[in-house]
Amino acid sequence: MSQWSFVTAAYAVALIATAGLLLWAWSSMRKAEAAADELKRRR
Amino acid sequence: MHRFANPARFLKIARPATAWLLLFGLALTAIALFGGLALTPPDYLQGETVRIMYVHVPAAWLGMAGWAGIAAAAVAQLVWRHPLAAVAGRALAPAGATFAAICLMTGSIWGRPTWGTWWEWDGRLTSMLILFFLYLGYIALAEAEKERGGEGRLAALFGLVGAINLPIIHYSVLWWRTLHQGQSLSIEGSTIEFSILWPLLVSALGFTCLFGAAVLMRMRAELAQAKVEARMRRAAAE
Repeated sequence: MSQWSFVTAAYAVALIATAGLLLWAWSSMRKAEAAADELKRRR
Repeated sequence: MHRFANPARFLKIARPATAWLLLFGLALTAIALFGGLALTPPDYLQGETVRIMYVHVPAAWLGMAGWAGIAAAAVAQLVWRHPLAAVAGRALAPAGATFAAICLMTGSIWGRPTWGTWWEWDGRLTSMLILFFLYLGYIALAEAEKERGGEGRLAALFGLVGAINLPIIHYSVLWWRTLHQGQSLSIEGSTIEFSILWPLLVSALGFTCLFGAAVLMRMRAELAQAKVEARMRRAAAE
C-alpha cells in the first residue's frame, strides 16, 4: 500500500466519525426541541 | 458561571453559539485539511504519512479536553450544585468518546507505515485506550442514573476519579520511552517547522469549534427533553 492510502483512510475515519457525531447531536436536538415546542403549543 | 445556572439564560446564548461554532468549525477544518493535504510539504523522514497528524493530534487533544470538561462539570456539580453541570457532563461524554476513538483509529493507521505495527502496548496508546473505556463507563453510569431519576452524583465522582488518567496520558511519553514519539508541541513552543505546523493549529481550532457545537446541541437536546418530561409529569399529576 502506498503512503497516500494510509492518509486517505485516516482522513476518512476522522471525517465520517465527526460528521456522524454532529448529525446525531443535531437530529437529537431537533427532535427534542420540536417535542418541547409541540407541547408548549398544545397548552 | 452561576449566571448560566438559569437554563433560559443559557439557551439564549447557546442557540446562536451553536450555529457560529458549527460554521467556524466547518470552515476552519476545511481550510486546515486542504492545507494539510495539498499545501504542506511531506516530512523528510515520514514522507506523506505525516499528514495524518492534522486529524490525529486534534482528536487526541479533544479526547483529553472532553474528560477535563467532565471533571470540571463534576466539581461544579459536587461543590456548587450547578444545575447545568450534570447536563454538561452527559453532553461532553459522547463527543469526547468519539474523538478518543478517532485518535486511537488514526493513530493505528499512522502506526502501520511508521512503526510497522497497527498496535503496541505502549504507555501513550494504552492510557488513551483506557480513556476511551472510561468514557464508555461514564456514559453508561450517567444514563443509568438519569433513568433512575438521580442527580448524577455517582457519574460526577466517576468523572473526577477518571481525571487521574489525564496526566498519565500526557506524561506517558516521558515516563515510558517506547514507540510513541515525545511531545513536539507545547505552550513554550514547537519543534515542528512552521510550513508543516500551521494547518495543525487551524485544524485543532476547527475541530474544537465542531466539538463545542456538538456539546451545545446535546445540552439543548437534554434541556428540551427535561422540559417535556417535567410537563408530562405535571399533566399526569393534575
